Amino acid sequence: MSELTVLHPEYEALLQRFAPNVEPDTRPGFSGIVVLPASLIEVVTYLKEQMGFDYLSSVTAVDQYPDDQFDVIYHLYKTIGGEGLELKVFTTRENPVVPSVTQLYPGADFQEREIWDMFGIRFSGHYDLRRLLLWEGFSGFPLRKDWQEPLFEEEVKPYKSRWPEGRAFHKEQTNPFHDNVQYPKEFDPESVSTDADESLYKALTANLANDEDGLHTDRMVVNIGPQHPSTHGVFRMSAVLEGETVVALKPVLGYMHRNHEKIGERNTFLQNMPFTDRLDYLSSMSNNFGYAITVEKLLGLPPPERGEFLRVMMAELTRIASHTMSIGFLLNDLGAFFTPSLYALEERELILDIFESVAGSRMMCNYFRFGGVVRDISAADFAKVKYLVEERLPRKIDDLDRYLTDNEIVRSRCEGVGVLTAEEAIACSAAGPILRASGVPYDIRRADPYSIYDRFEFDVCYRNHGDVYDRYLVRLDEIRQSIRILKQVIEQIPPEGPVMNGKVQYLVKVPPGESYGRVEGPRGELGFYVVSDGKVNPKRYHVRAPSLINLTGLEKMCVGGKIADAVTILGSVDIVLGEVDR
Amino acid sequence: MNGTGIIKGLAVTIRHFFSTYFADQFGLGRAKAKRGTMMAEGFFTVQYPEESVTVPEEFRVIPFLVYTIEEDGQKKYRCTACGICAKVCPTQCIWITRMKNEETGKPVPESAEFYIDIDKCMNCGSCAEFCPFDAIKMDHDFRIASYTRGDSHIYNKERLGKPLEYYAKIRPTNYAQEEAQRAAKAQAG
Repeated sequence: MSELTVLHPEYEALLQRFAPNVEPDTRPGFSGIVVLPASLIEVVTYLKEQMGFDYLSSVTAVDQYPDDQFDVIYHLYKTIGGEGLELKVFTTRENPVVPSVTQLYPGADFQEREIWDMFGIRFSGHYDLRRLLLWEGFSGFPLRKDWQEPLFEEEVKPYKSRWPEGRAFHKEQTNPFHDNVQYPKEFDPESVSTDADESLYKALTANLANDEDGLHTDRMVVNIGPQHPSTHGVFRMSAVLEGETVVALKPVLGYMHRNHEKIGERNTFLQNMPFTDRLDYLSSMSNNFGYAITVEKLLGLPPPERGEFLRVMMAELTRIASHTMSIGFLLNDLGAFFTPSLYALEERELILDIFESVAGSRMMCNYFRFGGVVRDISAADFAKVKYLVEERLPRKIDDLDRYLTDNEIVRSRCEGVGVLTAEEAIACSAAGPILRASGVPYDIRRADPYSIYDRFEFDVCYRNHGDVYDRYLVRLDEIRQSIRILKQVIEQIPPEGPVMNGKVQYLVKVPPGESYGRVEGPRGELGFYVVSDGKVNPKRYHVRAPSLINLTGLEKMCVGGKIADAVTILGSVDIVLGEVDR
Repeated sequence: MNGTGIIKGLAVTIRHFFSTYFADQFGLGRAKAKRGTMMAEGFFTVQYPEESVTVPEEFRVIPFLVYTIEEDGQKKYRCTACGICAKVCPTQCIWITRMKNEETGKPVPESAEFYIDIDKCMNCGSCAEFCPFDAIKMDHDFRIASYTRGDSHIYNKERLGKPLEYYAKIRPTNYAQEEAQRAAKAQAG
């Protein structure tokens, strides 16, 4: 894999132009090019402006403890499609500073803040480098390898205390403030909670010019959430208002943060699979898909034919379920309380029945394995899928279309609200329906096909206005395209055959190396970055969560609009907090 | 025209209302049997404690340990305390100790204690999937609410054990497949 990527012709051009400041990453199993921190901005500018890598997919970091090194990794793509490019910057653990790329790619904003939060790498030039998920005053950087959580037992599961020692105890019996909780020396519980909001409000008003000439209006800060029905979970929008108009807005995240990535690094590779269900809990099959193909890239273990078809079938059913739910709840945000969303839930319910019957669980499917899927679909369930796809769903989607698309309340509340232009959407690294509603026909299933999506005929749905209404329409169109793919799946699926390659084993041996896999989830580009060092657990496990990165554009969409529309806009972004906060 | 959207929306609601009403009045039984399925008209939901939907065979909550009753009336668990379920468990909610022969002190293939902390169990089914002895299986009984937390949620071997007949009842296809495999293995070996 690594040899192939390094031979990329664009890498050659880059290496020649910027030598000796760039060089290929030659570690076995690794790819990409390493840039010196000092010339990062220069290289990235060249990549963006001369070579067309306009889409920054993911920024993440790897701790090389016990070596004195952090790797910061950038995955860049072109919105016209094609292979990506991987840039790396090495910095020391002692004094980790990397120049920020937010000037070129505003989409790096939250991701750099997350790296600062989790690794303590400072991004010089970032305009608002606060912690993203943890609170101000939190001590330590949790994703560093030498950081240990409270109730820490061992570096890697399985823990020895479970077998053969077998001591049963309840977690509550153990003292949560045991000696491995690390406090700074000057820690004073009284002092931590107050200034968190101050720094937030300072950041909110930092860019606002004081309009001396115009009519003086009092500015007011309004917080929506964290407990608010319109935020789809525990999520907070902090907005500055002038009258009713939003002039600045920042999302505040992390209320449901559980450090999924640290848990993932303690788990073995296979144990992570059920945890991915809990990211975007409305589309667990997609999450399984993304993680499975990422680890399969390292293993070199493609699934058998029937397994591939089953994967695509489940992923597309998930997309339909998720989009119907999203459309239903958009109506909720518009004030049509619960009746439309419950009608939309009916179709989702039937799809979940199929998941329950095939995978064993409605939402936490845990259906994919490395090299296939866990079990075959029964003839009865297949007939259900067939009926659903060929008879019921097209009819119901047409119903939904008829009721909603021309509904004057939907139109007047959604049209022209929350506009994100194509340039802004690309710059903010928006993905999925948000990006496509802004007129960028970028769908990973087509732009950089994975699994067997290159065999199916489907259209990439896109609209041009970039408002809430177009996002709704794109979702509706995508349901129709998913149905189209499903019809082809039902037609072409091999009637029988194995659904899994390789032998069933509970400890998967993953060769050392790195891999970045991405799938087009219902909410956009879902990426997994996994680094293996040959042990049973991943050395680094990163999730590029589309919900989180789509929120980067939230301020742009909301500013200039009314505060009431912020609720609708958030509904149209369709975040799932399990994935935003991780 | 303004207002048509509202009328259309109300028409949908009223259609659901009437089809439910007629189903309940005249089509009793037949219409109710369709509820929650793809053929549903009107009401989609069932009234839970009185009625409930049947769960599919692969449905999974909380593992249980399969045992058979020996001729002398003793429970014989299939579990050999190999520890694979404890090793594969993502939340590490399974604790096992191996039984030791009282005279020699050597371990025997049987578990002395077997605990599952069901507060931590995420019902992923990995233990059942990777058990080489078909000794641990996922249950169908989702009604497990209790008044206390804590120790009452740590199930011991006694609480986890269920007879083989129960397993054959809730998962007939899987059971038949496994028995066929066992028979084939016994014949070959």
